[in-house]
Amino acid sequence: MASQREIKRRIRSTQNMAQITKALQMVAASRMRRAQMRVAASRPYSEAMTEIVADIMARPGATEHPLLVQREIRRADIVLVTPNRGLAGALIANVNREAHRLVERIQVPARFIAVGKKGRDYVVRTRQELLADYTGLADNVSIVELRPVAEQVIEDYRNGEADVVYLVYPRFVSTLRQEPTSVQLLPVLPPEEATITASWNYEPDNPALVLQDLIPRYVEFAIYQAQLETLASYHSAQMIAMSNATDNANELVQDLTLVMNKARQAEITKEISEISGAAEAIRTGA
Amino acid sequence: MALIQVEVVTPERIVLQTEADIVVARAAEGDIGVLHGHEPLVTPLPVGELMYRTDGEEKHVAIDGGFMEVRPDKVTILADVAERSEEIDRERAEAARRRAEEALSQQRGTELEAAAAASLQRALLRLRIAERRRTHERPPSRPTGS
Repeated sequence: MASQREIKRRIRSTQNMAQITKALQMVAASRMRRAQMRVAASRPYSEAMTEIVADIMARPGATEHPLLVQREIRRADIVLVTPNRGLAGALIANVNREAHRLVERIQVPARFIAVGKKGRDYVVRTRQELLADYTGLADNVSIVELRPVAEQVIEDYRNGEADVVYLVYPRFVSTLRQEPTSVQLLPVLPPEEATITASWNYEPDNPALVLQDLIPRYVEFAIYQAQLETLASYHSAQMIAMSNATDNANELVQDLTLVMNKARQAEITKEISEISGAAEAIRTGA
Repeated sequence: MALIQVEVVTPERIVLQTEADIVVARAAEGDIGVLHGHEPLVTPLPVGELMYRTDGEEKHVAIDGGFMEVRPDKVTILADVAERSEEIDRERAEAARRRAEEALSQQRGTELEAAAAASLQRALLRLRIAERRRTHERPPSRPTGS
């Protein structure tokens, strides 16, 4: 059995770890609340945008727009949105695995644009082609910072560098659940869940002209929203991971305390038996 | 007369959510005035001003480009960025205008000229809308007595 001092040291270091993970958990919890609020704040825009896009795509002539036309797929761009840092359980591994599966599924050469450090590291580690990385984005990211990503994929799609563009990110479902998701960004597919409640006139009266303004915004917003969802997912996953770590550390401290008490008792018992043994020896010897 | 709901949303927040007698937006081909019962319409909005009247008071919002979706009972504006006149800090708007002017004079003739011109245009718009609020704050004194 380990010595008392050794066990005591382990208890102390485990308690320190529990303190650190507890602190990380609190920080993640407050960031999570903010990130979840930002996802909620983008929802009205998202709903209005989805509805207009669905309506306009249902119109004759709309699918001739260069950003909506389906081509034979020979090359793909993948926008991989991930957190910049880890300590979030299986979240990052799950997103990267989703990207890996996507590449296997499409069976054409794929090039990556990484938004977030962890995705970039994955692309580099697996020796896949990395077109660009955007890794310096903070929690209070604005849509303007993601405009270059949208511009790049639209440009690639226009000039035939990519025949399809995918977006991969951890979708935020709830604090306990984040789902790695891949969606097709270009060519734009008509949104599925949209319910069209009005049939609009367009001004100028030409869907193609309206699309020209609308589609870049739609793409840009989709990437921005993916980033918001990633942040909400990340902070949620980190909070849960750190909460588990704190619980485990506390459990370990309890177990170790038990072991230490046993060791102490064993020591005391040993000493008593030594003393009484010695006393007995003196008495009989005298 | 029935009121029309007005909502200005950006990807980051809801800027405005209220009811108005009339909404006037600057569209690509001129101003569009919307009353309750307007026919459904979607139109892109360039950088410009949105005016709405509620309780007899005219209010203004700076719209940094986007879309307007009109339904008989509701106007939704999807803006890239938008600010209500009371949110605009006049000093900061003025500083932004100076910076934009400086940038424009430096970029003249380069490919960045258009971008600099656009940001100057935005800065001027914000200033104009901030000015509107000032006139609201101090309404002209009416002659009293008879």
